[in-house]
Amino acid sequence: MNLYPEQGVRRVPSSKVKKEKSKPDGAKLRSVSNSAPEPSVEEMKKLYGDMLLIRRFEEKAGQLYGMGLIGGFCHLYIGQEAVVTGIQSMQEKQDTVVTTYRDHAHMLACGMDARGIMAELTGRIDGYSRGKGGSMHMFSLEQNFFGGHGIVGASTAIGTGLGFAHKYKGDNGVAVAYMGDGAANQGQVAECYNMAALWSLPVLFVIENNKYGMGTSVARSSAGQLYRRGEGYGIPGEQVDGQDVFVVQAAAKQALDYVRSGGGPYILEVMTYRYRGHSMSDPAKYRSKEEVDDYKQHQDPLIRLRGKMTEEAGVAEEDLKVIEKKIRDIVNDAAQFAQDSAQPAAYELWTDVLVEA
Amino acid sequence: MTIQILMPALSPTMTEGNLAKWLKKEGDSVKAGDILAEIETDKATMEVEAVDEGILGKILVPAGAQNIAVNTPIAVLLGEGEKLDDRTPSPASANAPAPPPSGRGKQGEALQGEGVQSENRDILYAQGAIIEPPPFDEAAFADTKPMTVREALQSAMAEEMRRDERVYLMGEEVAEYQGAYKVSQGLLQEFGSKRVIDTPITEHGFAGLAVGSAMNGLKPIVEFMTFNFAMQAMDHIINSAAKTLYMAGGKLGCPIVFRGPNGAAARVGAQHSQCYASWYAHVPGLKVVAPWSAADARGLMKAAIRDPNPVVVLENEIMYGQTFDAPVDEDFVIPIGRAKIEREGKDVTIVAFSIMVGKALEAAKKLAEEGIDAEVINLRTIRPLDRHTILESVRKTNRIVTVEEGWPFAGVGSEIASLCMEHAFDDLDAPVLRVCAADVPLPYAANLEALALPQAEHIAAAARKVCYK
Repeated sequence: MNLYPEQGVRRVPSSKVKKEKSKPDGAKLRSVSNSAPEPSVEEMKKLYGDMLLIRRFEEKAGQLYGMGLIGGFCHLYIGQEAVVTGIQSMQEKQDTVVTTYRDHAHMLACGMDARGIMAELTGRIDGYSRGKGGSMHMFSLEQNFFGGHGIVGASTAIGTGLGFAHKYKGDNGVAVAYMGDGAANQGQVAECYNMAALWSLPVLFVIENNKYGMGTSVARSSAGQLYRRGEGYGIPGEQVDGQDVFVVQAAAKQALDYVRSGGGPYILEVMTYRYRGHSMSDPAKYRSKEEVDDYKQHQDPLIRLRGKMTEEAGVAEEDLKVIEKKIRDIVNDAAQFAQDSAQPAAYELWTDVLVEA
Repeated sequence: MTIQILMPALSPTMTEGNLAKWLKKEGDSVKAGDILAEIETDKATMEVEAVDEGILGKILVPAGAQNIAVNTPIAVLLGEGEKLDDRTPSPASANAPAPPPSGRGKQGEALQGEGVQSENRDILYAQGAIIEPPPFDEAAFADTKPMTVREALQSAMAEEMRRDERVYLMGEEVAEYQGAYKVSQGLLQEFGSKRVIDTPITEHGFAGLAVGSAMNGLKPIVEFMTFNFAMQAMDHIINSAAKTLYMAGGKLGCPIVFRGPNGAAARVGAQHSQCYASWYAHVPGLKVVAPWSAADARGLMKAAIRDPNPVVVLENEIMYGQTFDAPVDEDFVIPIGRAKIEREGKDVTIVAFSIMVGKALEAAKKLAEEGIDAEVINLRTIRPLDRHTILESVRKTNRIVTVEEGWPFAGVGSEIASLCMEHAFDDLDAPVLRVCAADVPLPYAANLEALALPQAEHIAAAARKVCYK
């Protein structure tokens, strides 16, 4: 079942750390997952639960949107669950995360509360931003999550700044700065690659390549390979299969170790796919139903993990059912909470514009 | 537990749609994520996915039905072992009204569209309250010495960097070169390259980087070689710095200073000669200050660095070398939001900021010779504007002229004119006059440049006009 044309890993090593030359495109490359330690059953269950939470949360968000309870933009992460789950699972506590507007999953992965996220989506007072941010704008200092940003490319500059602060404070933290394939073409991304490399900042740039920047495919928008865009700055880059959580984990581990040990920034391009449109109002007519179905049937990160657990690790169906029930309960509870929570009071309009000294 | 599946909306504006086809039939078991049906509008088609698992008990709206209102039940999902009971709604007719959204909050507050909340939305309140400015006893800082505006800015930054380890300075040529205009002279030598950082010429990138570092616990001072180049960084100043606190419901702020010379220098042409005061002052979430004298520069720079919010400090290149007496106290912090009356007078109020304060004072001197006693207000802060001090002055003089180096359209003067009309209409004995830059890109030729920028004589002429002299 190897339909993924770029299965495994392609990398551009830093000339500073490795002498081997970058491999030409299309070369057969090793799969990182083969070299990673076998995960324990408990670890697999945790990953499955984390990914399933994202899937079910997003489905519920889509449903609430359809009912008119969530407004505006709502960008769902369905199909990409292995990416953030795999990376977050390899981070350390002091690490920081910043991402784009497709951010619900990153918040869940950071350990933010499903209730608070869903209540923000419905625009209620118990939401993370008291109903004033919405789907794209939530923050948690407790979980080191620095937003949801609505301007394409902004997360890379802010992430570079998070890394700058880690280095300044000497807290051994790494900033994980997510962007989409569309953002990778923004000028500020190149500016930040330059500064991050120049000052050897601890930043892991993650390009979530889901093949389309809204309706424009990567092939129609981007010259060359995104993971190689750091070569001129001496930033190692790597392209990995984002539909296999173990491949993502192994790549993230290696990348984070490299960054944390003082190597400077690193670019991880994770190949993935979103099943839904760019946002809720996008009918996604720019791609074929066959393409979407192929991902859903053959490259679904949850089906892959589930298969590995039942077929290879001998996890019983009943055990998975327990996880699935638990996740469903969390999501239903969050949805109910988000509907029961009150709208912000009128005076909230005027608060939080400035910090009162 | 039976679950009603409702007609979903494709977008916030969709009110009805067609049920194109069913992909499941009655009696089918359904898992979460399964596609149940396809709906369509004139713009788009969407698949309806099951969120819960169960058995499709009854289809209430048949395939092909048109104009189904959003939130109309389209099917019933049964739990394991359940049967359809009599309470299930009958199939919806094509134009069945949608049930009201179930999203009413606990406190029963009106949802969007259910009436405008007029409480706290007074038309003038929405534009800012007229409150007394923060108190400040400037005379208490009696120990002064002559210094240039440049030295005032440098000493303020140095003292604040000594005071707070989190403060650092970043920008083009701020370190090795000692500042393009020598404002950061000596800072690299004292604080080292960790805290005084030369950047590449990438305003968008380093402004965003500084914002990220502020979110993660630091207090950056970002120097733009001139504010003209900050247009490259505008997105991060507005979207990332100014709006974050509000978007985070107060959970995360951005303590940062953006500073550098603003406005026209001398003969540097249109792209290097623009006043951005009204641009930044337009934005809630930013504070904007514009020093004129060395005391202003020292006190406002310290206030900006100590402030927990993003503050834009609009300096002026021509002022850097001018000398004034300024307090030397390390805690000489001018409250942001408080203007200063530089010259008291009774016949006409002249409001100015930055380099125009000097021109206003020059005009006031000429006017005095003619028997017109002008009061000159140095705004110091553009946002939040010290409305109180302006209005108090207008109520005394009944005449006002505003002065700025920026263009007239939607300028700071326009804002002050509105303020006076809204709050001091009956006190005005003449229309408010604005003295601004000519409404053209700044020319290079010496004579044209002088014509384009406000001069003391223009200010005096405007003052005479409002005094009907």
